[in-house]
Amino acid sequence: MAERTLRGKTAIVGIGETTYYKHGQSPDSEFKLALQAVVNACKDAGINPKEVDGFASYGNDRSEAGRLAAALGINELRFSNMFWGGGGGGVCGAVGNAAAAVATGMADCVVAFRSLAQGQYQRYGRSGGAPLASGDDAFLFPYGIMSPAQRFAMKVTRFMHDHGIKQEALRAISLACYHHAQNNPNAVMRGRPLTEEKYDSSRWIIEPFFHLYDCCQENDGAAAVIVVSAERAKELKNKPAYIMACAQGCDTRSAAPVHNMPNYPSSHFGQLAPRMYKMAKMAPSDMDIVQCYENFTGGVLMSLVEHGLVKPEQANEFLVKDNLIAPNGGMPLNTSGGNLAECYMHGLELVHESVRQIRGVAINQSQKHDTAIIMGGPMVTPVSSIILGSEATL
Amino acid sequence: MSSTYLPDGLPRPGTGPDGLSEPYWKGTRESKLRIQKCKGCGSWQWGPEWICHRCHSFDLEWVDIQGKGRIYSYERPHHPVHSSLNGHGPYIVVLVELPDYGNVRMVGNLLGDPLQTVTIGAAVEAVFEPHDSADPPYTLVQWKLT
Repeated sequence: MAERTLRGKTAIVGIGETTYYKHGQSPDSEFKLALQAVVNACKDAGINPKEVDGFASYGNDRSEAGRLAAALGINELRFSNMFWGGGGGGVCGAVGNAAAAVATGMADCVVAFRSLAQGQYQRYGRSGGAPLASGDDAFLFPYGIMSPAQRFAMKVTRFMHDHGIKQEALRAISLACYHHAQNNPNAVMRGRPLTEEKYDSSRWIIEPFFHLYDCCQENDGAAAVIVVSAERAKELKNKPAYIMACAQGCDTRSAAPVHNMPNYPSSHFGQLAPRMYKMAKMAPSDMDIVQCYENFTGGVLMSLVEHGLVKPEQANEFLVKDNLIAPNGGMPLNTSGGNLAECYMHGLELVHESVRQIRGVAINQSQKHDTAIIMGGPMVTPVSSIILGSEATL
Repeated sequence: MSSTYLPDGLPRPGTGPDGLSEPYWKGTRESKLRIQKCKGCGSWQWGPEWICHRCHSFDLEWVDIQGKGRIYSYERPHHPVHSSLNGHGPYIVVLVELPDYGNVRMVGNLLGDPLQTVTIGAAVEAVFEPHDSADPPYTLVQWKLT
């Protein structure tokens, strides 16, 4: 039987995004933002939007594939797909699902996208105000655990406790993201640099490890990437970013109710990451570019550990700002600013940035840029990760 | 001084449309803490589910237990995300591990000074906090240091 793999069979050939806004400041509706992102991605790829024949998204995106296909005049919709889970855990999985559809011949040109105008709908960081909590929430909401930060903070507390990791390690992650955003004209936090003092004196969202600057923004915007076969990618104008591996899912019983998952202090990538490296035929040490979804810096820390990129016992020494910034850091992290400082585009901006890095056209270009790893949605269930590579890695 | 740890107005607990957790909430009204135990393999299970995740028996009973545990993790939220918490200030949430019952974990507030130092591993016991004026009334399980 032939090897079952996604490795090198498909590539991202186009990326598109809208202007990124603070939440509530988009002049355009969420669906219009989605259309703009798709059209921009097609323009980048040199593909007519009518050629798109599939859509993959995540996070319960409201811009449905059928409406997109009708609005864009798409001839034949062959693939529409939603990754389960309300958070950003599906960001890499949506790209992987697009790749799987193309690799198996279900569709030829699939867009993975996310459109999100939190100002026009419910904000993630506020409780919806319903008077009754049921299911798992009944055991959490009455105790004041309602927001994502509140749901995840105790995982971070325990991880830091178990490994003796200090706040400064989390601060370095935030400093690196803000540092990279200062050069990025698309970054919402451009012009608002972060210093150690500003971080240390920022208000607590949640003690003991969630300062204001450990938490992502809430934004309005949309982003889209176009996935085609490796053969087709070679005919198009951009340097392809090949999908070398994708994995999604979670560890054993990560979604066990009322915080009863067996591996509690975890981002839920422990079982997924080795599977992905195996498909890519690569090791953590092969990753030139590292992009990790920051809902909260503690989730980034656990993701880096679970993907074998940082050893917990070395985290205090390794996670320092100079080591995490492009072009010369040992492990440039979130080189466009990420969810913290570019835009909370539910992590898809990290995929865009990885493609720019592989093309060699990023604003904070890393010296080595043949491989990129992106980790999506730490601590939610399910999560997903992806490895992209240049032609040299095939 | 309020008789409850957090102010009124937060979402009240419901058993959901499928009634899965109804025995738990009935129990707390009678100051009884109960969790699931599998009649198939004898394992303790929490939170509630219709099936035993170990042996796949659907025959789960609800058993009254002693509310004694130790703090496994905690957090002290400051930022109010619900309007009822505006101006309230920080509060403590603890995740409590119950060594006598297969190390299942329960979530609650740690009673006492919201600014107190919290120690992972500290022994705690369950305290029943009735919300009698709610409609319908319910009782939360809170935790205090022993």
